[in-house]
Amino acid sequence: MKYFTKDHEWVRVDGDEAYVGITEYAAKELGDITYVELPREGSDLIVGDTLGVVESVKAASDVYSPISGTVIAVNKHAEDDPSIINQSPEEKGWLCKLDNIDLIEMDDLMDDKDYAKYLKEIAH
Amino acid sequence: MSTSDQPLQSTVLLNEHIALGARMVPFAGWNMPVQYSEGIIAEHKHTREQVSLFDICHMGEFRVKGANAASALDKIAARPVAEQKNGVCRYNFILNKDGGVLDDIIIYRLADDEFYIVVNAGTRPNDAAHFRKLLPADVSFADESDATAKLDLQGPLAADVLESCGLEKAKLPAYFNCMKSKIGGVDCILSRTGYTGELGFEIYIPADKAVEIWRLLLSKSPVKPAGLGARDTLRLEMGYPLYGHELNTETSPVEAGFGAMLKLESPRTFEGSDALKAKAPSKKLIGIELEGRRAAREGSPVLFNGKLAGKVSSGAFSPSLGKAVAMAYIDSAFDVKNGDELALDAGKATIPGKATELPFYKNGTVRKKL
Repeated sequence: MKYFTKDHEWVRVDGDEAYVGITEYAAKELGDITYVELPREGSDLIVGDTLGVVESVKAASDVYSPISGTVIAVNKHAEDDPSIINQSPEEKGWLCKLDNIDLIEMDDLMDDKDYAKYLKEIAH
Repeated sequence: MSTSDQPLQSTVLLNEHIALGARMVPFAGWNMPVQYSEGIIAEHKHTREQVSLFDICHMGEFRVKGANAASALDKIAARPVAEQKNGVCRYNFILNKDGGVLDDIIIYRLADDEFYIVVNAGTRPNDAAHFRKLLPADVSFADESDATAKLDLQGPLAADVLESCGLEKAKLPAYFNCMKSKIGGVDCILSRTGYTGELGFEIYIPADKAVEIWRLLLSKSPVKPAGLGARDTLRLEMGYPLYGHELNTETSPVEAGFGAMLKLESPRTFEGSDALKAKAPSKKLIGIELEGRRAAREGSPVLFNGKLAGKVSSGAFSPSLGKAVAMAYIDSAFDVKNGDELALDAGKATIPGKATELPFYKNGTVRKKL
């Protein structure tokens, strides 16, 4: 299952673990992403913590952790070539992988239908 | 960029931009395309490698005429005008009495008694007032901006594109030269100038012909539209100043690195020259190459040997170099030389960098002979 925040991060739960990234909408809004800063492996994140930074040619933006957990992997490909976040924000352009997650936190997030509705709302 | 509540102005090409999938943003009071569907980096590279078309209709154009126009402008502009030959464009400045830059401009000498002055969009009203105040009654001044469209065709293939529009390549103006010409049957002023560091032309046509000529140029392969985002990264790689960032009323052209052009040792006087001659520069504009891709932004403090030495005026990721670059003003108390290590305080992180000679990008075709 995939969940979304109002700040345009996504979480994909995969058993006891979860992948986190920024949504296609966020990647498009930022434009060409030129730099990404990711958390250290092993660091513990709480919901809302700054997980990293994405920079485009024009702007820098903090990425907030949509859930709590421990970082067990970061996407080194995205660090080396941040353009993969533009090309594939919700697949190859994932930012980090967490364990020690709590499924209850997903209740506060949107599912894909609610997120699509939210995108329509903010477009007006 | 604009903080006023004034409604944004649009250029005559607004609908063209929207149809091309542009993202529109406010810039200097105008609603301008920052990028089209391919994005800033693709547009930047296309300009460096092929040729791009930019809508620069927001900038202003003045015409100054009269037998005494040359001598009058010579007293207003910071670089000499009287000696300027017909058909030559010269980058120049207008200053306040304190020597601060009111605007950076290009003065075209179209004839012995006729000048065309290209100014920035945000400063245009004040610039017009400045010229009107200082020009004598026997010299005419007209602000033609609203009736004029400016299209910039920039990139190594720009001359080929003009050739395919029926202009003779051998007769195109040389670097920083201009001429009256025709494109697509429309009268224009054509200059071999630009803001990208590549071979290119700036084309001035009547505003009511802008859509027609915009479409004509875009129909010529491999021309693609490029927005203000790419224009900014292209000029930054060349170390060209942008008014409101590297230049403002608190900065003199000497501090911005143009001192030698002003020939201050000559007896010539101009608006602001007394102040420039009297006062030592308080800062110096430098280039900085950062370590890695993370950019420093305008206003970031610059540290030299751990001490606050200056401030970033512009910074971005450089698509041609594949790393971040910045321009910064360093306080005159610090002697920063090319190669010296600096640290840029980007808020949450300190980014190491090195003082670097400008331009950052050295392979531009801007001066290439046709």
